[in-house]
Order: sequence, then C-alpha cells, then structure tokens
Amino acid sequence: MTDGTGGEVAAWPLLLGVRHHGPGSARAVRAALDAYEPGAVLIEGPPEADGIVGLAADAGMRPPVALLAHAADDPGRAGFWPLAGFSPEWAAIQWALARGVPVRFIDLPAANSLAMAASKPSEPEPEPESEPGPGPDGRVRPDPLAALAEAAGYDDPERWWEDVVEHRGTGSGPEPSAPLAPFTAVAEAMAALRAEYGDGGHEDDAVREAHMRLRLRQARREFGDQVAVVCGAWHVPALARRATVTADRALLRGLPRVKAEMSWVPWTHRRLARHSGYGAGITSPGWYGHLFHAPDRPLERWLTTVARLLRDEDMAVSSAHVIEAVRLAETLAALRGRPLAGLAETMDAVQAVMCDGSEVPLALVRDRLVVGDALGEVPETAPAVPLQRDLTRTQRSLRLRPEAADRELELDLRKENDAARSRLLHRLRLLGVDWGTPAASRGSTGTFRETWRLRWEPELAVRVAEAGIWGTTVLSAATARAESEAVGATALAEVTELAERCLLAGLADALPVVMRALADRAALATDVGHLARALPALVRSVRYGDVRATDTAALTEVAAGLAERVLVGFPPACAGLGPDGAAEMCAHMESVHRAVGLLAEASRPPAGDSGTGPEPAARCGADRDGADRDGGLRGRWAGALRGIAGRDGVPGLIRGRAARLLLDDGRLAEDEAARLMGLALSPGTAPPEAAAWVEGFLGGEAGGGMLLVHDERLLGLVDHWLTGVSAEAFTDVLPLLRRTFSAYDAGVRRTLGELVRRGPAGPDHGVPGGAPGLSAPAAPGFGPGLDARRAAAAEPVVRLLLGLTPAAPAPDHHHALEAAG
Amino acid sequence: MTVTVSGTETNKSAEVLRPHAEHAFADELSALAAADDRPRPARWRLSPWAVATYLLGGTLPDGTVITPKYVGPRRIVEVAVTTLATDRALLLLGVPGTAKTWVSEHLAAAVSGDSTLLVQGTAGTPEEAIRYGWNYARLLAHGPSREALVPSPVMRAMAEGLTARVEELTRIPADVQDTLITVLSEKTLPIPELGEEVQAVRGFNLIATANDRDRGVNELSSALRRRFNTVVLPLPATPEDEVDIVARRVAQTGRALDLPEVPEGIDEIRRVVTVFRELRQGVTADGRTKVKSPSGTLSTAEAISVVTGGLALAAHFGDGVLRAGDVAAGILGAVVRDPAADRVVWQEYLEAVVRERDGWGDFYRACREVSA
Repeated sequence: MTDGTGGEVAAWPLLLGVRHHGPGSARAVRAALDAYEPGAVLIEGPPEADGIVGLAADAGMRPPVALLAHAADDPGRAGFWPLAGFSPEWAAIQWALARGVPVRFIDLPAANSLAMAASKPSEPEPEPESEPGPGPDGRVRPDPLAALAEAAGYDDPERWWEDVVEHRGTGSGPEPSAPLAPFTAVAEAMAALRAEYGDGGHEDDAVREAHMRLRLRQARREFGDQVAVVCGAWHVPALARRATVTADRALLRGLPRVKAEMSWVPWTHRRLARHSGYGAGITSPGWYGHLFHAPDRPLERWLTTVARLLRDEDMAVSSAHVIEAVRLAETLAALRGRPLAGLAETMDAVQAVMCDGSEVPLALVRDRLVVGDALGEVPETAPAVPLQRDLTRTQRSLRLRPEAADRELELDLRKENDAARSRLLHRLRLLGVDWGTPAASRGSTGTFRETWRLRWEPELAVRVAEAGIWGTTVLSAATARAESEAVGATALAEVTELAERCLLAGLADALPVVMRALADRAALATDVGHLARALPALVRSVRYGDVRATDTAALTEVAAGLAERVLVGFPPACAGLGPDGAAEMCAHMESVHRAVGLLAEASRPPAGDSGTGPEPAARCGADRDGADRDGGLRGRWAGALRGIAGRDGVPGLIRGRAARLLLDDGRLAEDEAARLMGLALSPGTAPPEAAAWVEGFLGGEAGGGMLLVHDERLLGLVDHWLTGVSAEAFTDVLPLLRRTFSAYDAGVRRTLGELVRRGPAGPDHGVPGGAPGLSAPAAPGFGPGLDARRAAAAEPVVRLLLGLTPAAPAPDHHHALEAAG
Repeated sequence: MTVTVSGTETNKSAEVLRPHAEHAFADELSALAAADDRPRPARWRLSPWAVATYLLGGTLPDGTVITPKYVGPRRIVEVAVTTLATDRALLLLGVPGTAKTWVSEHLAAAVSGDSTLLVQGTAGTPEEAIRYGWNYARLLAHGPSREALVPSPVMRAMAEGLTARVEELTRIPADVQDTLITVLSEKTLPIPELGEEVQAVRGFNLIATANDRDRGVNELSSALRRRFNTVVLPLPATPEDEVDIVARRVAQTGRALDLPEVPEGIDEIRRVVTVFRELRQGVTADGRTKVKSPSGTLSTAEAISVVTGGLALAAHFGDGVLRAGDVAAGILGAVVRDPAADRVVWQEYLEAVVRERDGWGDFYRACREVSA
C-alpha cells in the first residue's frame, strides 16, 4: 500500500473512508482531524439530525447511543443510527463539538429513507437505513470486501479489515507523520472494488451518494473548501467522482417523503452486537471499545481485565496465567501470520490458559466483556421518544386519559375497546410503566372482567423514555422486553408467569420466544415440584387464550410437553417424603390432575367449551375419554396415579389422594377402591400411616364426606379400622382424623353419624379376622334391606366354602378375596 | 550427555502391526521439512506452521499432498502447536474416542521426529516411570553412578530436547503426578543419589492427555494444572461425521470379531448416533427441544460398542438384519448409568422426543419394552 501521500498537503475535501464502528478507523479519523483541522465536519447520517447533534456534547450524553428517526404519524416506522464510543462518526462529532467546528449530516434525509423503506415490498425487519453496518456489509449479496480479503489470502473479511486497517497504528502508530495514509490506501482499494462491482447490489446507494455530493457542495460553499467527510469507505470513490449538480438533482427528484422526526435514544452494547435485532453487525463491541480506549498495551490490559472477571467468579487466575496467556496469544498471532493478536487469538489463549480448555467460563467472558453490558444515556433535553408519542396516540384512540388522581377502571374484555385498554395496560406493566395496577374485581369474578386502578405520575414519563430503548411503539417495545426477559429468566416460574403476562398483553409475537424459553427451562428443571407448580399457570394461560381469542396452539403444545415431563417424574418424586413434603406433593398432585384434565379438554377440538366448569376433576370422565384411556395424556396420568396409589414407600396421604382422584374420575372401580382401602387400613399398616391414607382419600375437597355417605362399604371399612385401632395409637391418629372429618359440611357429618349409629350390627359383628360378608350374609349391613347384587356376589364363595358346586369360579374368586381382605 | 538410548532399531514397518507415526508418514515429514522455510524453534524438525500443516493436511508448493491427520477445528491444532512453541506443556483433554492420543503422537512425531518417549499413565504408574530407575545389578556391583541409572522417557526428552508424552495423566496417583511440577517449572530433574541433575535443553516439552469425564481419576493439583495449556478435543462436530466414524469402526471391529456381514445397518447406526448426540448435547438434532443429559459420557466409542453389540445380537439371535430391538438394550445400558436419575432422563427423552418422531415407532416400542 502507498504511504507517501501523508504529511503535507491534503486534497480537500478530506474524504475519510471508515468502517462503521471500527476502533482503528476512529483513531485514524481523530488523528487526521487533529492534523488537518478542517473548517467543518460532514458525517454520513440523516441531515435531520443537524439540529440535535449539539446534544452529543451534553454532559448527560454517554455512548452507546443512537440517532433515531421515525415517521411522525407512525412511530413504528423507524430507523436507527447507533453510535458507540469507538465509532469513527462519534469520534468526529466529539472532535468537532469540542472545537466549535460545525457538524453536518450528509446522507439521504430520514424523511426519504423511511418512506422508501415503507414503499418496498414487505420488509419484516424495520431496518430501512440502519446502514451503519460494517461499511459495505452485504450479507445477502456478493460481498466486495470478501473479494478484497480473499485477494489478500484471508478467509474472513472482517479479520482482513482488522489486520489491514484497524490494527494499524494502534498505540503510537507506525507512521505518525502520515495520518492520511490508511485512508488513501482504503480509498484506492475501494475505487478498484467499485470499478468492478458497481454499487454491489445496493440500489439505493446511487441516490444516497448523489445526496451526499450535493450536501458536500453546499458545505463547501458555506465553509470553504476545507471540510472533512467521515463516511463508509464504500462511498469514498463515489464522493470523489465528478458529477454534475443537475445529474445529482435528477436522481433525487421524485423520492417519496414522510414527515420524520429525530431524537437521541440510549443504546446498549448488546444491541450493537449482531445477534440482537437492529444489530449493527458488531460482534465484539466491548473488545472494540477496549481497543479504542486503552491508552497502550491493549492485549495485556485486556487479558488483565479478563483475569479480574474470572477471579470475581471465583476462578483461580493468577498473574502468571495472564503472562502465559499474553505469550500464547502473541505466538498464536505469529503462527497465523497476523500483525497483532486479535480477538480470536486472545480468546483462544484465555480458553487454553485461564479456563482449562473449558467453554463455560469463556461464554461468560464473551458475554460480559467481548459484548459487554455498557448502557448509553441521553440527556433529558433530548426530544421525546416515539414510544411516548405512540402511547399518547393510543391513549387518545382508546379514550383513556392519563390522570394524576386515582381512578378505578372496570373492563369487560368482551368489548373491543375494553380489551384493547386491558392490553395497553398490561403492555405498559411489562415495560415497567405501572400506570395501572390490577385490582380485585368487586362484582363478577368471570374471566372476562378486569379491574384496574389507574394513576399517572410524572415519573412515569421518565419510565416511558427509558423504555424507549425497547422499541418505538408500545407493542414492539413490550414484545422486545418480554423476549429479552424470557431469554434472561433463570427460574421456570418466572417464564410461566411471563407467558401468562404475554397472553394478557396480547403479545403474540413474543410468545414463540417465551414458549421456547419455557420449554428449555422445563427440560432442564430437575425438581418435579417446580414443574408441577408451573403447569397449572400454563394451562390457565391456555384458557385465557380462549377468552382473548389468541392463538394458543404453541402454548398448548408446550403445556403438553410440560405435562409429559411431570408424568414421567412424578411417581419417583413421591417416594420417601416427610409429612410436610407429602402434603406439598399432594397439593401438586391435585393441581396437576386438574391441569391435565383441562389440558386434555383444550387440546381436543372445541366441542363443549362453554361447559368447562371450574371443577373438571369432580366430573366423572368415564364416559368421554374412552379414546385416551391408554394412549392419551389423561390415560397415562391415570396410569401414573394408579402406580402411586399402589406403591409402597409413598406416603399414605398421597396414595389415598391418588386413589380418590382415580375414583372420582371413574377410573377406579368401587370394588378396587375398597380393596385399596382395605390394604391401607389392614392391621399391618401403622395407624398414623393409615390415618394419613384416610385423610388423603376422604379429606380435601368438600365432597369428601359424601363418598362415605353413599358408599357404605367404605364407611364400614373405616369404621372397622377405627374401632380396631389400639388405645395408644388412637391418640396419635386422632388429630389426623379430626382434620379430615372436621372439613366436612355439618350436614354430611350428621348424616355420617346417623349412619354409624344406625348400623350397630355392622362390621363389629363379624370381626376377628373373618369376612363380614360371610358371617352375616343376610344381615342388612348399614343398608335398610337386603342388597341382592351383593348377596349374589358373596354367594359363590359361601358355596365354595360349604363344598357346593361353584357357579362361575373366576370372577367370584376375585370377590371372595376382596371380601376377605 | 551419556544416556543410553534403548533400542529403537530400524523398523521393518512392513512387519510391525502398527508403525510409529514418524515412520508411517516419513515421506510427508521429509517433504514438509524440505519445503519449510520458516523459522524453527530450537531442535524442532519443522516450523510451527509446518507442524500445523502436517496435522491439518494441505498441499505443498512441490505438489506433495499432506493427508489430514486430525479432522476438526483448525484453531485447536493451532493452539496446540503454539503451546509447544512456547515453553508451556500441553494438556489434551477429551472424552474417549476424541483422538487425543493420536494427536499427541503426531505432534511429537512432527516436532521432534520421535513419538516413542511415552509414559502410560495408570493407577500403578510409579515415580520411576517419570523420573528414573536403577539397574540394580549395576547398582549393587558398582554403587550409584550414571551407568546404573535407568532414565525415564521424560528424562531422555529433557536431556535431548525432545517431546515427551504422558498418556492418561489423571490416572496417575496425585503424588506421582506432582513429580512433573519441577520438571515443568524448573525444567530440571535432580538426581540426589548422585548429587547431579538433568537440565532440560531447549526443545524439550511435554504433551499429556487426560480424559475429562472419567470418574475415579486423580484431579491435577492446581500447581500442576498451571503448568499446562489446556486444549479440549471436541466430539465430532456434525452427525454425518459421527455416523461415518461409527460405521467405519463398526465395520472394522465386526471383521475382527468375525461377525457375519449384516446389511443395511446404516439407518440404525444413524439412529443410535442421533440418540447419543441428542442426549449428550442436551438438545434435539433440530435444535428445538432441550433434553436432560444423563450422567454417562455417551462418547462415540460407546456408540460404536452399542452398534457392535446390536450387530452380534442380530447376527447370532436375530434374522441377520440390524433392527431397533437389537440396539435398544445396548442404548439403555449406555444411557442409564445411575439407576434412579438416568432412568428418569431416559424416560423423559423417550416420551418427549422419541415418541413424537416420525418413523421411530419401532424404536420407541423396542425401548419401552426393555425399559419397562
């Protein structure tokens, strides 16, 4: 590359072709400006920003920030020009403002670029002129930079640019006398490239460059010839080219226009990074910032910072590690033939020396340092952000005025306007703007009603401004915020709650991200309790979705997945629990049971949606889910319950409740229930354990007592067991029993008492070890008369015992066993 | 320096079962050395750049084709070679079957032209294997002297400026491991019996390998760990690579065990590899569902043994075609190492991933059958 140019006379105007956000470019720009002291600085950016560029010198302004242009009537149409501390444009602005040198932006006005973006066929990402990508960064089209890099023997164009341009003159610089040398070299290379590639597929470039040329002419008329232009290297040849005013004017004629407004908004390093929306294509803003700001020895300083971060995370990293890492990085750079150790070498060295080859701490370094969490600030005097405008507009259209006084608002979600209001308030809450807080409804408790307490306080305006970072409309900002929270959430419950809030706020676009996060957290959660706690909320969300007519297919799918995991993990988690743990697990089991029932409803085609009562568990489902008896979710959950009910080692409370849930669902024959109860209450079981079983089976919901009223056999079993409990054990089981029976309605209790009193000849009669059915076959039991069916059931056994011919052995044998048990 | 060089007689490579790397690839090494005009560190046979080329493959200006010895990320080889060029020792970590030993052998062959200075680490590796031993006959006859001393490979490498290798470093008892600290930091090996020492000459370095997911190993002390730059050799990057490796190795072992030829097993192999990869990485192949990872390593080597076992089943007891049922039991055994926790992981995987997958019905049923 040539280097003889620098030193003396420069060709005015000074064309400083840069790579946007290149720290080396920023240094070079600063050096060139210092050396040549131009009378005005022109920058590639929307001219509407001329008026607010002065704010960049404000004490309250701290990069990274972005220039934001938005259509005045539609804040959703917006473009961003992010500027980091290490951006050449920022360096030039700061240089000029510090010396009182006028700054002008020369790119196509945002008024035109926003309009042009809108007229293009649907572009999903509102990324009209967020040109500040790395210069001619053509991700889809053939990349001219890549061609240059390839010619130089590099496989990565970014690295080539770094080696050739950015890493030149870091520190003192090899040729301090020639501050223009890099720019001349780059300009030549770009001229060669553009001769070959034309506009490289960026159709708008011709128009933009025509505008830049016009603005340049205008500036030269105004400030004389001595002006400097800071623009993407790609545009330098076009600006140097001679073109007539008329030709340029002709190109600009008839461009669409919208009314555009400009403002400064705070930005973050994360958003500069490529992988978050509006990315500026900078994968390593933290590293660039370091390169730009480090006074000297960037490698040593960087590795020291890394060591400090790792030490804070309790990793043993000593100075010796830093020394070795520096050596490794430098040798690696030499091996790879690079002039200086770049980020790749540095990270390789950190991994091999400081992290024992592990990827995990490396990810931390990448997140905290390479990207970094720098957050910009803008002064309060900056013009209002579009988010505020959007909010004002929405408030007006929904007839919901911000008032300082407390006010209660009753919403009926079936009405269009009310639903929109509710969504707005929920979205604002997601953004941290607590204008309304949900209050308990006074009247109806239906899911279609919501009550809010509204109160607009002045600081909420600040909150809105802060939230401006998330987007330009309430909807897009809330979506972005929710997505970011979902990604950042650690606990499963956080994400389920977020999912619920997303549904309430009608953030359909955020839902896939949230669902994904949810599925991921659920997959990794090891505590079934957490999963079980998350499931009901999720299933509830599925139902909310119904009320609000949102598409909940994804949600249902995730909920089913979650249920699946609960199903697998639940039975083993029930074993070996203490009394408190058992109570908790029992509650989980009930809520999961309800959720599974609801879910099975939801995933079915909406047959009887309105019929979905609050207590589906109480409904006898035997008639309707024959289909999923074995394969479906409900069927398999029932299988799991059956396993729990019959498993030793599971606390009695849980076993009893499992049996009860099955019985209520009609999945457990009454005979079978009696058998289980007989097992649980048999003399081999410790009385407290048996009492816990009774509590599980008969306690809980209010309907528990009715079972005893209606099924006398069960009552008989309980009665029989209770009278058999020894005196000392009785005091142990009494509290449990009391807890169980005191929960019954007074009426139920009385009926039970009467039943017990009325049947004195009951099981007592036939006891010790004998089968009650045998000793008193014709006795009424608790019933008023002879039960022909039950008598028939017992008859074959009697025959058997008496040596008579058995009628039908197989089923009856079963009955006999049961009676004996 | 009078250290007896024990017999590496000129190999009749045709007869040995497995020639050393420096013999097997002698042509490539000499072609590289001839073409190599870059600076070489002291006593290196090749420049670091040429060593990297030797491992990663390439074509020399004179048209010689260098076969790739290691297929994997370039940066790993670069970091490894660079580490050897600084005076830090190199630790290659990885689960079994990630070519640690292979890489270490070829690095030593390319750097020093000698890959035989090897210490095999076991639970019973004594200090003598790393420092020196004695020829007791001589010791008794003539008293302690350099003649009576039997140098270890490490000692020889130090004296001659070569690359020493330690295999399975973490299997060596901790106190024996720490013998290496002096060697690596002071670059010297004292011989108190003689009042002498062996100082490492330039060019000496050490490559150690260790298995990072093995249980019951002796963790390196932090003092020793600090002397190493660590490079983790990853498992095969893409499913296709892994399927390829498994299929090839299974064919080899199948021949060695004289198993009858089993046709069209590739689909089943792909399935096994998919299951292993998904469980190992904790995410399904389409990247859409996370799954828990079991406690076992699930390395490529285990996938190979599962498939080999399945083949044996199919050949001897089945109809000669590798089917889902033949590999199901093997997979269960490989996945469920911890009877409680891993079983839940496996069942979750079965229900959440396998059951939903098209065309995997037979596999799901087979797994259910053996899991029950």
